[in-house]
Amino acid sequence: MDRKREEEVQRMLNIKDKIFQNLHGFDEPFLEGALKRGSWSNTKEILSKDQNDVIEMVKSSQLRGRGGAGFSTGLKWSFMPKNTGKQHYLVVNADESEPGTCKDREIIRNDPHTLIEGCLIASYAIQATKCYIYIRGEYHFEYIQLEKAIAEAYEKGLLGKNACGSNFDFDLYVHRGAGAYICGEETALLESLEGKKGQPRLKPPFPAGVGLYGMPTTINNVESIAVVPTILRRGSDWFKKIGTENNTGTKVFCISGNVNKPCTIEEEMGIPLQELIEKHCEGVEGGWDNLKAIIPGGSSTPMLPKTVCETVKMNFDDLKAYGSGLGTAGVIVVNKYNDISEVIERFAHFYKHESCGQCTPCREGTGWMFRMMQKLVKGEISPEQIELLENVTKQVEGHTICALGDAAAWPIQGLIKNFKSELIEKYNKRNLKAS
Amino acid sequence: MSENSLIKIKINNKDFEVDKNLTVMQACEIAGEEIPRFCYHDKLSIAGNCRMCLVEIEKAPKLVSSCTMPLMEGMSIITNSEKVNAGRKGVMEFLLINHPLDCPICDQGGECDLQDQAMYYGFDKSRYSENKRAVENKNMGPLVNTIMTRCIHCTRCVRFATEVAGVPELGMLGRGENAEITTYLENSITSELSGNVIDLCPVGALTSKPYQFKARPWELKRTDSIDIFDSVGSNIRIDSRAEEILRVTPRTNEDINEEWISDKVRFNYDGYYQQRIDTPYIRKNQKLENSNWDESLKILISKLKNSKPLALIGELVDVETGYAVKKFMSNFGDNNVECRTDNQFIHESLNSFRFNTPINKIEDADLILLIGANPKIETPIINHKIFKAFNNGSEIFNIGEDILLNYDTKYLGKHLEALNNEKFVKSIKKSKNPLIIVGSALLNSIRNINTFKSIVSFSQKYKVITETKNNLNFLNPFSSRVGQLFIGNTSQEYCEPFTKLSNQNFDTVLSFGSEKIVDSSFDNCFKVYFGHHGDEGAMKSDIVLPTPLFTEKNGIFLNIEGRPQEAKKCHNPIGGSKEEWAIIKKMSEELLFEFKPNTFDQLRQELSGEYPQLFEFNEIIQENSSLPVAENMLFEECRITYPFENFYMSDIISKNSVTMAKCVNEIMTKPLLEKSA
Repeated sequence: MDRKREEEVQRMLNIKDKIFQNLHGFDEPFLEGALKRGSWSNTKEILSKDQNDVIEMVKSSQLRGRGGAGFSTGLKWSFMPKNTGKQHYLVVNADESEPGTCKDREIIRNDPHTLIEGCLIASYAIQATKCYIYIRGEYHFEYIQLEKAIAEAYEKGLLGKNACGSNFDFDLYVHRGAGAYICGEETALLESLEGKKGQPRLKPPFPAGVGLYGMPTTINNVESIAVVPTILRRGSDWFKKIGTENNTGTKVFCISGNVNKPCTIEEEMGIPLQELIEKHCEGVEGGWDNLKAIIPGGSSTPMLPKTVCETVKMNFDDLKAYGSGLGTAGVIVVNKYNDISEVIERFAHFYKHESCGQCTPCREGTGWMFRMMQKLVKGEISPEQIELLENVTKQVEGHTICALGDAAAWPIQGLIKNFKSELIEKYNKRNLKAS
Repeated sequence: MSENSLIKIKINNKDFEVDKNLTVMQACEIAGEEIPRFCYHDKLSIAGNCRMCLVEIEKAPKLVSSCTMPLMEGMSIITNSEKVNAGRKGVMEFLLINHPLDCPICDQGGECDLQDQAMYYGFDKSRYSENKRAVENKNMGPLVNTIMTRCIHCTRCVRFATEVAGVPELGMLGRGENAEITTYLENSITSELSGNVIDLCPVGALTSKPYQFKARPWELKRTDSIDIFDSVGSNIRIDSRAEEILRVTPRTNEDINEEWISDKVRFNYDGYYQQRIDTPYIRKNQKLENSNWDESLKILISKLKNSKPLALIGELVDVETGYAVKKFMSNFGDNNVECRTDNQFIHESLNSFRFNTPINKIEDADLILLIGANPKIETPIINHKIFKAFNNGSEIFNIGEDILLNYDTKYLGKHLEALNNEKFVKSIKKSKNPLIIVGSALLNSIRNINTFKSIVSFSQKYKVITETKNNLNFLNPFSSRVGQLFIGNTSQEYCEPFTKLSNQNFDTVLSFGSEKIVDSSFDNCFKVYFGHHGDEGAMKSDIVLPTPLFTEKNGIFLNIEGRPQEAKKCHNPIGGSKEEWAIIKKMSEELLFEFKPNTFDQLRQELSGEYPQLFEFNEIIQENSSLPVAENMLFEECRITYPFENFYMSDIISKNSVTMAKCVNEIMTKPLLEKSA
């Protein structure tokens, strides 16, 4: 996308309201450019506020976690115990492995200082003097960018002892993962960070009580942390003005699949899905009428049929009402040139491959679902067996330790819910051929 | 339990008041609601991964696993709703889809958790039409057989190895469907407690190698007995069919072994039937020849007339036998029975030769000092308790050889002088509940009573012994020792009793299962061996008389704490063996000695008249007399030699076991005693 085009599409979200001014990497990503964009401008002032005030401000901005679950970030911070005398930790989840999602990559690659400053402020708010960024192993270039930016910040005294001259000692570390999807689950991430096998922990106890190395820990998504400095700088009212009540602020969307121009774009929360695609991606391949379905929030969310896509707004609550979710806002567009069941089969394979194997329903269920999906793609599954498949997804959903089981079940449920008649037709057609 | 630790909860709409520190599953258990489970085990950490124990909690959107869920005030738990049943049935179906349907050829069949629970939660017909997973079997050594296709990934074995055995050698490799339980590089498990994974495995993935395809659980006769292969007296259950013991499994006793037993007692039962002495033998022309009871007893009695005999008591001898021997030998004079064939030092009272701290209290110690003790090899159960203490933050110090244990020890040196080590003194001064374990390696080499007194003084100085507790413990690995010492089957000497006794010109030596009969000081004596296994002792004797094994008769043993327990008879004696007391009765009649009891029960009655405490089973015998203290603390230089270094072949039965021989070959590839650089 060139700059001219970007300006063209600014009708919805004013460029001034964009938090990630350099999301597309037109400018210098490092300190020089970051200072121009306003990062680090009054960090000392922010750090001189009371810690509770910082939390309150984030709370009142109604910022919801950008990692998928949409839990209030301010509320999450307020769960951290106060003045325990223990080491507190902030862990930033940069293990962005959800298929169809690449927002954190762009942030780290092109605007790393928003994240670094966010880490400092968030850590200050939750009384953590140490912060770990757990970055996905495959993000090698981003890792280098991030390390470079951190080194710059240390050099300038923005991090380290007496960070930004605020009398707050703060250390920031980057840890590279080894490429497991499950390590994006917050407690599995902690296990992996501790050097153990990445398997989700049991909750309760929650990380706010017993987290990294048994100490109080907050785990946030990259985007949640990276928007914090701007919120504090410009005020929570500014942030609240964008979007709708309870779904405030801007959001980075990543649109991929059968669109003419796939892109990652920061937009207002709650932008209509159709508008998002038409404006920023130059529409669906073969026109809007060629649209089959859209997966709105990364591979884990159930798909939306075309009719819903025309009306739905891209925010947490609206999508939930339609039986899907905003997730990571990784929009995957599927048009009629593609077999939708093949798409879901690929997802099923992904979840089978990435299941950690700890708990029964997910370990056994993902494999079962994948094998049935394989048959389903070939039209070998009778209507009764489609019901069985749906039943299996229900048996997985909600019975596992972490949400991977749910994530594996939902896409298939979405497929059966929206395209059952098509699947049956496929079976009948194959049987007709055979006879 | 104080009042305020109770909270009110509802289980299936019935009100209960339970301790708030329990989990939902434990509360349901109290309420009498059975919750199915695979991964949960009350001795292991909570994994919560089988998902079988799902329950519904009011206001919770999803079903929750009850084993992981802490209780909260006012919680309303539902265990029998349609939703719960459907959830559990779903989990059961998942467990079964990749579990082979080979119950008819599975050793676990009939006592399998999965089988039992599938009866309730399983579907009668499989809905799974894909290929089943198959997993290659793993090598876990000569004891544990693996059929890994059956594994349901509950990780009990992994947690056991890490948390109880203290050898983090098991783990899960791979993820998702490809997750497999294996040992590190498929090496044998090097723990002395490794066999317990067989009991823990809820399915037939880990089974006993020696027991493989031997029997079905419903064919077996079960006898409750005790482990006599170390001094802890672990409670065991012996499974036998006809005249053959096929399996040994643990019995829960929270005071002693909890739910674990050592590999030795679990697997050495094939040694019970090897090299057994079946009939009496008499040495004729330098050769032992088959004989019969009449002939052999006739020769023995004629030898005993006008002779000066010495009786040695072995390591596996029950109290009743010892008592009969003592009575018999008193007719020949004093000081002629000895069980301390290894020169163990004792003082007068029971607390100078037993483990004074109750075994279940070891884990409370915050400092443990081992002096000449190797608990890992001598008493694995006590070693597990020390490991527990270590995990609770206890410091472990060691004087003796720098032995290899499964927890970190701070090595102080070879000699007792190390008790004055600055760092150690600093630690023990700080410690609130220190504990000292004096092993037989030291006790056997004490030549001066002052050394013993000095250890006692040291213990009193640093609050190991106070008015309310006695944490100075004496550890010897032999099951018969405490019992025999308790009834006084030893000479009056404190130090080196055996060496002193053997120089006293006895002309006949009667050995009751003691291999020390081969000692060179008895070369000119007439040697009689009463025992069940033909080893060196029997080979060098002039008369060999067969006696039954501990599984073939009833017998009382005092464990290391001084806790009487009974080993019970499983089947009739093999071959022509006769119980020791009966042989003694016969000899007494011929020699015109007084020996009143006509039956075993009468013998026990007489014994209970003299030592009533012996019959209060499972109660530690009380002993409060004080130990002697030294005027000057002086520590002589002791030559520390551990009684044995091979866990698997420490006694005459294990030496004859094929399974134990395999263990030596396959597990003991690295020396257990290894000096650190």
